[in-house]
Amino acid sequence: MSYKEKIAARAAREIRDGQVVNFGIGIPTLIPRFLPQNHEVYVHSENGFLGMGEPCARGKEDRNLIDAGGAYVTLVPGASFFDSSLSFSLVRGGRLDLAFLGALEVSATGDLANWIIPGKYAPGIGGAMELAQKARRLIITTNHTDRKGNSKVLQNCTLPLTAKACVDLIITELAVMEPTPHGLILREIAGETEVEEVIACSDAELIISENDLVRF
Amino acid sequence: MINKVCPLDGLMALVRPGDRLMVGGFGVPGTPFALLDALLKSGVGDLTLVKNEANEDHMGVSKLLEAGLVSRMITTHLGLNKTAIGMMNRGEVEIEFYPQGILAEKIRAGGSGLKGILTDIGLDTELLRATKRIINMDGHEVILEPALTADVAFVHAAKADRFGNLIYAKSAMNFNPIMATASRLVIAEAEQIVETGQLNPEHIHTPGAFVDHVVELGDLSDEYGVLKSHVL
Repeated sequence: MSYKEKIAARAAREIRDGQVVNFGIGIPTLIPRFLPQNHEVYVHSENGFLGMGEPCARGKEDRNLIDAGGAYVTLVPGASFFDSSLSFSLVRGGRLDLAFLGALEVSATGDLANWIIPGKYAPGIGGAMELAQKARRLIITTNHTDRKGNSKVLQNCTLPLTAKACVDLIITELAVMEPTPHGLILREIAGETEVEEVIACSDAELIISENDLVRF
Repeated sequence: MINKVCPLDGLMALVRPGDRLMVGGFGVPGTPFALLDALLKSGVGDLTLVKNEANEDHMGVSKLLEAGLVSRMITTHLGLNKTAIGMMNRGEVEIEFYPQGILAEKIRAGGSGLKGILTDIGLDTELLRATKRIINMDGHEVILEPALTADVAFVHAAKADRFGNLIYAKSAMNFNPIMATASRLVIAEAEQIVETGQLNPEHIHTPGAFVDHVVELGDLSDEYGVLKSHVL
């Protein structure tokens, strides 16, 4: 299993039967394949439907059925279509139980920066701000460090924020961490790492309350 | 007898230089490629474009951008169009980004005859705050977003009748129905046109009262098809 799949597999365990869920681009798109078969979960797609199923098999594509990233997808029984206004009524109105997003930076108190690096990367906002601010629960799935080895888990974000204090859980290839108003609590660590490595790779101060951390 | 069905020829004379143009579509589904190609041919410029995204390089609205016909674009995300991002970075087109649902709601408000909306989305990012009107409502900060309307809207429908009732297909609905309410002039292209009365009233997404002209698409061009780059 790649490290991305490992993150996705751990993230899938946060989804409860019956939830309405949105998967952002990147690692979150890998999560559905790790959902238990007996779970009835409705996946929201920002471009206007609820009940997204598996990626579409080659040759079976429907030109009118894509996800928000342009990939051809399928529907599950009970799916529905709607316009872009209603799509975000569902998000802002509090009917989205859970959203998974990637991050450029995430802070100890749950601030998220994931939409812009001024002067370098500014493709737009898309649905990120509304998902971050209004999903009932927000989980960040991301590499612990960026390509240069800099930690993405910071005491305070340095980039412009997507939203403040919005993150409920952070899942990386090294650890599962819970941001709180009092700081970042280390909840679980990966099977092939040690607490020292997690601390070394985090710019945020980690609160470690248990001697025997759960491994994932 | 009301008959809004008309040929594409000559229709683009209704679009004027400097117009604000709303274009439906989210990726390929719902993008009115035939209307956009006709506009490209007419060469009308200095447009302000309102669209969720800029399609992908060399497709749809991207062709208008690449031809220099767009001076400003109101949008949510350009991530799948490197050409558009390059033009933005070089200052060749002015880009105004909104959160996706806020853009939708500005359009919905405009189409509903409202003057604006109040929202808390974006209050946490200084970059956005600096450009917004922030007011105090019952002790809480909210952003006042003005409603958005346009001179012309281009929408794509799966089915239409001669009154202009429209039905959209699957994820090709997206911004089309709200844009069809928010423009002085609404031009719809439809894959199929039927006699008025043949569409089930319970299935109509956009009532004909919102639509001014309907163009029947013949055989669909390749642009409407499955994008090979997104196939598994």
